[in-house]
Amino acid sequence: MLRKMLLASAATVVVTAATPALTQDADSLTIVSWGGAYERSQQLAYYEPFTEETGVEILQESESANGLAGIRSQVEAGNVSWDVVDLLQSDAQRACDEGLLEVIDPAEWLADGDDGTPPEEDFIENTMGDCFIPQILYATMFAYNTEAFPDGGPQTVEDIWDLEAFPGTRALQRIPQKNLEWALLADGVEPDQVYEVLATEEGQDQAFAKLDEIRDSVIWWEEGAQPPQLLADQEAVIATAYNGRIFDAQMNEDQPFEIMWDHQMFEVDGWVIPVGNEDELDTIKEFIRFSTDTQRLADQAQYIAYGPARNSSASKVSTFEGTDIEMAPHMPTNPENLETAIAFDVQFWADYGDALEERFNAWLAQ
Amino acid sequence: MTDATMADMAASGGQELKTSDGRSLKAALKASQSVERRRAFLLVLPLLALLVASFIIPIGQLVTRSVYNPEVASYLPETSSALSGWNGEGVPDEEVFAALAADMVVGAENRTIGRVAARINREMPGTRSMIMGLSRSAEELQPPYREAFLADDEGWGEQALWRFLKRETRIITPAYYLIATDLEYNAEGEIVQRPENYQVYRTLFWRTAWMSLTITALCVLLGYPIAHLLATQPLRIANILMILVLLPFWTSLLVRTSSWIVLLQQQGVINDMLVWLGVVTDSGRLRMIYNKTGTIIAMTHILLPFMILPLYSVMKTIPPSYMRAARSLGATQTYAFTRVYLPLTIPGLAAGVLLVFILAIGYYITPALVGGDSGIFISNLIASNMQSSLANLKLGAALATILLVLVMLFYFVFNKLIGVDRLKFG
Amino acid sequence: MTAENASQSRGANVRYENVQKSYDGETLVVKDLNIDIKRGEFLTMLGPSGSGKTTCLMMLAGFEPATNGEIFLNNAPINDVPPHKRGIGMVFQNYALFPHMTVAENLAFPLQVRKMSKADQEAKVKRALEMVELPTMGGRRPAQLSGGQQQRVAVARALVFEPDLVLMDEPLGALDKQLREQMQFEIKHIHESLGVTVVYVTHDQTEALVMSDRVAVFNDGVIQQLSPPDTLYESPRNSFVAQFIGENNKLDGKVESIDADYCSVRLTDGTQLKAEKVNVSSVGDLTTLSLRPERVETSGLDGMENVVRGHIEELIYLGDHIRVRMNIAGNPDFVVKVRNRSGEQKLKEGQELDVGWRASDCKALDHVQ
Repeated sequence: MLRKMLLASAATVVVTAATPALTQDADSLTIVSWGGAYERSQQLAYYEPFTEETGVEILQESESANGLAGIRSQVEAGNVSWDVVDLLQSDAQRACDEGLLEVIDPAEWLADGDDGTPPEEDFIENTMGDCFIPQILYATMFAYNTEAFPDGGPQTVEDIWDLEAFPGTRALQRIPQKNLEWALLADGVEPDQVYEVLATEEGQDQAFAKLDEIRDSVIWWEEGAQPPQLLADQEAVIATAYNGRIFDAQMNEDQPFEIMWDHQMFEVDGWVIPVGNEDELDTIKEFIRFSTDTQRLADQAQYIAYGPARNSSASKVSTFEGTDIEMAPHMPTNPENLETAIAFDVQFWADYGDALEERFNAWLAQ
Repeated sequence: MTDATMADMAASGGQELKTSDGRSLKAALKASQSVERRRAFLLVLPLLALLVASFIIPIGQLVTRSVYNPEVASYLPETSSALSGWNGEGVPDEEVFAALAADMVVGAENRTIGRVAARINREMPGTRSMIMGLSRSAEELQPPYREAFLADDEGWGEQALWRFLKRETRIITPAYYLIATDLEYNAEGEIVQRPENYQVYRTLFWRTAWMSLTITALCVLLGYPIAHLLATQPLRIANILMILVLLPFWTSLLVRTSSWIVLLQQQGVINDMLVWLGVVTDSGRLRMIYNKTGTIIAMTHILLPFMILPLYSVMKTIPPSYMRAARSLGATQTYAFTRVYLPLTIPGLAAGVLLVFILAIGYYITPALVGGDSGIFISNLIASNMQSSLANLKLGAALATILLVLVMLFYFVFNKLIGVDRLKFG
Repeated sequence: MTAENASQSRGANVRYENVQKSYDGETLVVKDLNIDIKRGEFLTMLGPSGSGKTTCLMMLAGFEPATNGEIFLNNAPINDVPPHKRGIGMVFQNYALFPHMTVAENLAFPLQVRKMSKADQEAKVKRALEMVELPTMGGRRPAQLSGGQQQRVAVARALVFEPDLVLMDEPLGALDKQLREQMQFEIKHIHESLGVTVVYVTHDQTEALVMSDRVAVFNDGVIQQLSPPDTLYESPRNSFVAQFIGENNKLDGKVESIDADYCSVRLTDGTQLKAEKVNVSSVGDLTTLSLRPERVETSGLDGMENVVRGHIEELIYLGDHIRVRMNIAGNPDFVVKVRNRSGEQKLKEGQELDVGWRASDCKALDHVQ
C-alpha cells in the first residue's frame, strides 16, 4: 500500500517518462506540436502536401507543452522518438544551450526566398536561433469584450491600469514574462528601455509595484484556451491572450472581442530537431526545407492568424480559409499592428527568467 | 511448518533431522517447496519489473538529480583544479583565467558550456549571456587571458562569481535544497535566508499542507454520513447511491473541474442565484474560484470517493447489533456513537484520511485550473520548474524530493499513531 | 422458579397489550399480541423464523416501535421511552461484544454510562466475571475468547448493571451442541440465583423446554400456545404446537362420535380409534390425531383402547432405544420408540406387529394437510 500511495503522489512529481520509441525508418517522421487549431494549420499547410510529394508519413503528437522536458528525457535516455518538435523560441534557446538540439546551418538546411533572398536575410531579424528555425510570429496582447465597454474599450497599456475608467477583472497569464514589461510601459518607461530597466533590481521593484496596483482586480490563467473563455463568460472584461485564439473566437464563435494592439509583444515559434536521429537526418532536412519555404509559410496563414516568419511570405498571405476575409490586418506583422510593438527578448528571459519567475511566484504567494 | 517451529526443533534436537532416505530434512523441505516458490516469484515478476522501471528508477533519478552538480567540476575541469589554489580573496590570477579559457574551448566544442552557464545563471542572473557570448569566440582569446576576459565583460571581475565557482566545484551540492527551503549562500559562503522578495517555497509547502488538511477534514465531514447511509440502506437503494458517489469517478478530471468553474465563477450559476435571491448585489458577486476557496471546493469533490469507499467497506462489516447493544446498556445515541461506532470505523476512517491527504498534497491539475494565485500547491511550482531550465529542473527535483520525504514522514507518524496494518482500504 | 417466589425477586413484569407490528403497512408481522410476563419468570418465545418472535423482543427492547398497542414495563407504558432509558439487559445473537474493548471494558461499559465510581465499577466487573466463571479473562479482547467464553461475557455484560429484565435473542445459536447444552444450564442457574425476569427467543424447542418457566409458541404472528413446557408437550392445543414441539405421529381421520372428553375417529383407511377431544367440536369434523412415539407400546397391549396392526418398514438402532418406522393405517412414517431391554422380542424389518396406545395419549386436534 505504501508503495502504491507513494507512486500516486510521485506520479505528479516525476517527469513523465519518454513514450516508448516506435521503430522508425525514413518512411515516417514523428512531429510534435501544440495540438488544436494550430497543429491543424500545420497539418494542412505542411504535413499533407509533404506526404503527397515524398510519400513520407507524418505521425503527429501534441506534446509541445511538455516539449523541453520531453526532449531532455529522450536525449538523456538515448532513445529519441521525436524527429521534429515545435517549440517556443525561449525553450529552444534553453534546449540548445544544453546541447539537446541539432545546430542549424541555414545555408544548408533552408531554401532561399522565392525572390532569391538567402534564408539568413529572408527570416525576420533576430528570430533565427542556433538550433531554431522560425515558423510563425505570434503576438500576446490585451483583448477585451466590447459588451463590457459600451463607450469604447481601453486603447493603451496605461488604460489597462486605469481601474476607474475601465473597471472590471483583468485576466493575466500566470508568468512574469510580458506582464513585467507591460507594467513598466504602463509606468512610463520608454519601450526601448524596458529590458534595460528590468535587468536592474530597482526596475524589477518598479514593475512589481506597478502590478500591485491592479492585483486585486486580476485573475490568472495558465492555458491558452482560458482567456477567450473568461472573456466570453465576462469572468474577465480584459485579458491578455494569444492573437490567434482571439481571432478564432471572433471568426468561429462570433464573440464580441476586440484586440488592443498597443504594445503587443510578439515572439516566434518554430522547429527544433533533437539530437540522436542521425539516421533520419536527410528526411528531416527535407521536411524542414519543404515546410519553411516562402509559399508554405504563407499557406499556413490561411488557417490561423499568425504571421509567417519570412519577409518574402508576407505578400503571399491570402484570405481566411473558405471566406473572403483578408488575413493581413489580423496579423501581428501588419504594419499598423506593429507600430508600438515590443519584440519579446528571449535572451533577456534566458538570463533573468529563473530569478524573476521565483520572485513572481513569491509575489503571488504573498 | 513455520520457520519458528523449525528453529525450535533444530535447537531442541541438537542434531539435524533426516528424512527416511537420509537427506537433511531442511534441505528436503526446501527442495520440495522450491518449484512453488519459483512459480510464485515468476507470477509477481511483471509487477516487480514495473515497479522498478516506473517507480524506483525514476525516484532514484529524481533524488540523484536534486544533488548532482557536475557543471563546474566536470565541464570546467581545468578551472576547478586551478581554483583549488585560489584563496578566495579578490579576483583569481592569470592561471585560473587561462584554465577557464581552455575549458571554454572544449565546452563550446562539446556543447556543454550551456549547462555551466545555466547553472551559474540560476544563482547569478545575467551571467548566462556573458558566458555564452564569450564561449562563441573562446578560440580567438589570446593571453593575457585575464585582461581578455575583462575586456569582453566586466562581470568576469566579480569576486562573487569566482567564489561561487570555487564553492560549486563539488560534485554533490545542497544548493538546490537551500533554494527549495528559501535559503541561500551569501558572498561569504554562509547559509542565510533569501531576500524576502524571493521567499516562496516554504510558504507553499505550508499552504499545501494546511489546505490538504482542510480538504481531508471536509471529506471526513461530508463522507462519513454518506458512507453510513450507504452501509445501512437496503442493497437496492445503496447501489443507486453508490453509483451517484462513483459517477464523478468515471468522468474526466478536466470535465469535473470545468463544471466547477461554470458553477463557481463570478458570472456563474451560484452567483447568479445569489444575486437573484438578493443575498449579494450584482457588483458584489462572490469570488469563489481562482483562489483558495475554489481549490478546496473542487478538490474536496474530486477526492470524496477516496474517503467514502474505505469508510463504506468498514461500516458495512459493523453489525447493527453493536449500536443496539450499546443502547441497551444505557448509552445515548451520541455516547454509543463516540464510544462504539466511531472507534470501530477508525480503520476505514484512517485509511480514507491517509488516501485523501496524500493524494491532495501532490495534486496538480485542479489547483492549476481553479487555484488562481492564492490557491496553487507546491506541485504546481514543481511542475513549472520541471518544464524550465536545467537548473530549475534540479530545483524541481529537490522540491519533489522534499515533498516525497514529507509524505513519507506523514505516513510514518500516521503509522505510529494509528497503525497502518489496521487500516482497511476497501 | 415460578410465581410463588417471584414476589421476593427483583424481577420486573412485562405486559403486551394488543400489540401489532407492520413493517410495510400491508402485512402484520405481529397480530394482536397479549402476554403478561410475571416477575422473575423465564419466558421463552419459540417459533420458526418469520413467526414474529424476534420482532416482539425488539419492540420490548425499544429498537422497533409498536405499530399499535402498548407495552408495559412494571405497569408503566414504555412505547415512548428510548432504549437506553428502559434499563433492560440484552444478549444478542452474535453476542455483540465490542471488539475494540477488552472483556473488562465491555463489562464496565454500562457502569460507565451510569457514571459509577471507578472502584464500584471494578468490583462489579470482578463479581460479574466470577459469576460466569471467567475471573482471569478481564484483560482479553473478545476475539481471543472461545465462542462459549464470549457467550458468558455477553451474559455477564447484560447482567452487570443489575437490570430487572434481561432479553436474550437466540444467544446460543452459534455454539455447538455440547456447549449449547452446558450453557442452557448455566443461564438457567444464573436466572434462578438472581431472580431477574428473562425473555428468551429461540427456534430450538429443546432449549425452550429445558430452560423456561413458560413457553410462548409463535406462528404467523400469533401466539399458538402459552404454557409451561410439560403442558406444551403433553397437552398441545393444536396441531402446529404438537408438530413443532417434540416428535409427533400424525393420523388423519373424521370424528364419528363424541363422548364427553373423548371422541371416536375413523381414519381414512377405515381404522377406528379413540382419542382425547382437544380441538374438535362436532361429529363429522376432520381431525389430525397426535401421538408421541414414546407413548406407543409394543407389549402389554391388554386393556389399551387402541390396538392396531402395522408393518415394520425400517429399524434404526440408537443404543438406549430402537426407532421403529412403521406403516400404520396407511401412514408409512409412523414412528415407535422401543426401549432396548433384555428379553424383549427381536424385531425384524418387514414383520407385522401389533402396537397400542391409550386414548388419553392420543389427541384429536385441528386437521392439517
